[in-house]
Amino acid sequence: MNQETGTTSSVHVGNNLGKPTASRSPFRQAISALLNDKLALLGIVLVLIFVVAAILAPVIAPQNPYDLSQLDILDGRLPPGSESMNGLVYVIGTDDQGRDLLSAILYGLRTSILVGISSAAIALIIGASIGLISAYAGGRVDSVLMRIVDIQLSFPAILIALIFLAILGQGVDKIILALIVTQWAYYARTIRGSALVERKRAYVDAARSMALPDRRILFRHILPNCLPPLIVVATMRVAYAIMLEATLSFLGIGLPVTEPSLGLLISNGFEYLLSGDYWISFFPGLALLLLIVAINLIGDALRDILNPRREG
Amino acid sequence: MIKPTLSISNLTTSFRVNGEWQNVVRDVSFDIGEKETVAVVGESGSGKSVTAMSIMRLLSPANSRVTGRIEFEGKNLLDLPLGDMQSIRGNRIGMIFQEPMTSLNPVLKIGQQITEVLVQHRGMSDAQAEAEAVRLLEKVRIPSARSRLNEYPMSFSGGMRQRVVIAIALACDPKLLIADEPTTALDVTIQAQILELIKTLQEEEGMSVLFITHDMGVVAEISDRTVVMYRGEAVESGTTRDIFKAAKHPYTRALLSAVPQLGSMTGTDRPLRFPQVDMATGEIQPVQQTEDTVKLNAGPILKVDDLVTRFNIKKGFLRKTVGRIHAVEGVSLELRQGETLSLVGESGCGKSTTGRSIIRLTDPTAGEIRIDGKNVLGAGKSELADIRREAQMIFQDPFESLNPRIRIGEAIAEPIIAHGLANAAEAKERVGELLERVGLSASMASRFPHEFSGGQRQRVCIARALALEPKLIIADESVSALDVSVKAQVINLMLDLQEKYGLGYLFISHDMAVVERISHRVAVMYLGEIVEVGPRRAVFENPQHEYTKRLMAAVPIADPSRRQTRRISNEEIKSPFRAADYVPSKRLYREAGEGHFVQVA
Repeated sequence: MNQETGTTSSVHVGNNLGKPTASRSPFRQAISALLNDKLALLGIVLVLIFVVAAILAPVIAPQNPYDLSQLDILDGRLPPGSESMNGLVYVIGTDDQGRDLLSAILYGLRTSILVGISSAAIALIIGASIGLISAYAGGRVDSVLMRIVDIQLSFPAILIALIFLAILGQGVDKIILALIVTQWAYYARTIRGSALVERKRAYVDAARSMALPDRRILFRHILPNCLPPLIVVATMRVAYAIMLEATLSFLGIGLPVTEPSLGLLISNGFEYLLSGDYWISFFPGLALLLLIVAINLIGDALRDILNPRREG
Repeated sequence: MIKPTLSISNLTTSFRVNGEWQNVVRDVSFDIGEKETVAVVGESGSGKSVTAMSIMRLLSPANSRVTGRIEFEGKNLLDLPLGDMQSIRGNRIGMIFQEPMTSLNPVLKIGQQITEVLVQHRGMSDAQAEAEAVRLLEKVRIPSARSRLNEYPMSFSGGMRQRVVIAIALACDPKLLIADEPTTALDVTIQAQILELIKTLQEEEGMSVLFITHDMGVVAEISDRTVVMYRGEAVESGTTRDIFKAAKHPYTRALLSAVPQLGSMTGTDRPLRFPQVDMATGEIQPVQQTEDTVKLNAGPILKVDDLVTRFNIKKGFLRKTVGRIHAVEGVSLELRQGETLSLVGESGCGKSTTGRSIIRLTDPTAGEIRIDGKNVLGAGKSELADIRREAQMIFQDPFESLNPRIRIGEAIAEPIIAHGLANAAEAKERVGELLERVGLSASMASRFPHEFSGGQRQRVCIARALALEPKLIIADESVSALDVSVKAQVINLMLDLQEKYGLGYLFISHDMAVVERISHRVAVMYLGEIVEVGPRRAVFENPQHEYTKRLMAAVPIADPSRRQTRRISNEEIKSPFRAADYVPSKRLYREAGEGHFVQVA
């Protein structure tokens, strides 16, 4: 509503918004909207629990599953609640190597989350830079970069990762690299789309007409306005990266057997599923499922909150 | 007394916002008599459109509440079940919306969209419906109507589409036509055509019309009676003549005093501020005359010679150029310090492209531009940065031209720091001064753009443009998106700043009445060329070119006593698209008076 009507132009138009002067940035508003969304809050709490548990794994885990000297092969495939010779209770049972499953899951989460977040973050930085440059430069640079993206996106991610790991071998660093290679193109495509729109907007013209340096226009003006869709994509992609890593490990080409991730744990129990030892696959699977669902809950809520049309 | 066609009493509409009910329309009552046109006028947020939506019951019942009485043909529309309402909507009451571009379905042929209504509502056979569709299109004066039935909306211009929308609204021979800002999105000559059309149709069909608009000029042209709305209330209603002659409510007076009237400047040479009305007493304060700001002895701050900007239209796999848009063609201008030169014309005439080309936001094809003597087109990157300090631009949409994620204090300080004019602490102080200079307070620097109203944002944009202490400001439709009273304030501010800093303004606008108020000199553009240029007084009092005359005749005048039946040609605005091998001819100009030039060939 217009409240300026009738006041003289020289008289200051005043503090007439009826709001306190403390003003909240769009970013802060998004955060508070996110915390007000019950499902998103559930997602955030779950993810926080997983992350904290993963970080504290060496402290809270009953056993170090990577330390072969702590394992007892005779404790293999014990059902949930069994007790070991040295008094340790296997709350959710053991796997075929005699590892405490709870400890294995905690350590596995460490790997999964590390791989998911770091690969998504690095892919985001690379992809976003390429997408921004592509949109801002336009013309031939844009055509070439986007054709590369097209080629990248036309192969299934799993296939590229398989080829990559077949060449490089196993290891956490290698799987992160493979995930970056398969994912950067999504970020590049997303940010290019929004940057193309933002570039045409009047505030960019205004910045250009004030002769601000290109670098400043690109990173201070265009980039922050392209972030909302990028954040949504990044959240979903973290979940996807974790899933992809689990898939690769399940197929036996991701991480070595000595450092089991969730995928490998599921794979280990797979052959015993039919013989009734369900827990070896079930609990790691449940952990993976909850983690992915929690991340996606946050992603969904973010998509709704950051959708520009919602502001009306 | 004859029963009115539509009688609204105590209409109150509220919306649920964040769980609370807020009244958007409060206790509004008015009648529309038979064959009468009633205008509901108000600024944005006054509730005028919501009133129309309430009458049609188009508001979602989930988050809106309408109370009161709306009597139409003996029934209270608010009590009707939705099914019965459906048969009144589009049948007994027709409606036209603002955006002709979006109110037609783009994937259906024009003919189908009209016959659909006829078959549905009037039970006609396909053949009958088609014959009736042709009759309706002829009624809204669409030439060769039969052949156009099979065309899609995309091949119709904005004005033509609005005619089709009117034809659809008329399809069921409605008793009442509700027109919600039907001409706002249209160019002024097209607006005049549509207004004439609505007037004629009303007489032919004997309809009543409820006309919703923000434009006092349109009100004066078309309505018998007027209801003025302000913050959800009908503050004044009466015959249009009485309201314009002797408005009682202070708001109405403020609104009327802020309306620029074409012809009100006859006999004066200098720009004139808008009078301000004291909202408490309704008294009009005397207008302070502007000083003579034009510096005739110094060289021009802006000199443009033979500017040409063309856009190639490429098609096909090989990106072959199939044609060009000749957006700007051979434009020459001169602007002195302290002078306002207005570029005026309708959409697509190239006025904005001219402004953008001057500071190279769009790269021109050919020509020479000098800002304060410095060659713009030959300038390298760092020279261009210096030139852009001298010439700043203010854009049309204050909502778009501020980065939503940057606090306005930072936005204003940014150019100062980027150009190394001051360090961060000095810049902060300067931001405070600038904000106060444009009528805001220094403490607002920490706010984000979304916390300001449209007029305040435009003030922020002006403050930002002033940050680099430019000599020239290019104002591209800078006041067009503002409400009329805010527009008047921003123009007054611009005139104050011109006096204080001797700024030269290149004022780009489609609004003849505003241009008359603010300019020293005027250039009229048509299809990328300047057809007439000269001192404002000469161009407005003695227009020479055919197009200038047409433009002037089309402007609605906010004075019902000067209402006239005018003959308006049904000409469309032409397109500046040309084939790739087109060579523009050399234009000749004739001097019609001192400094007043008219294109003759």
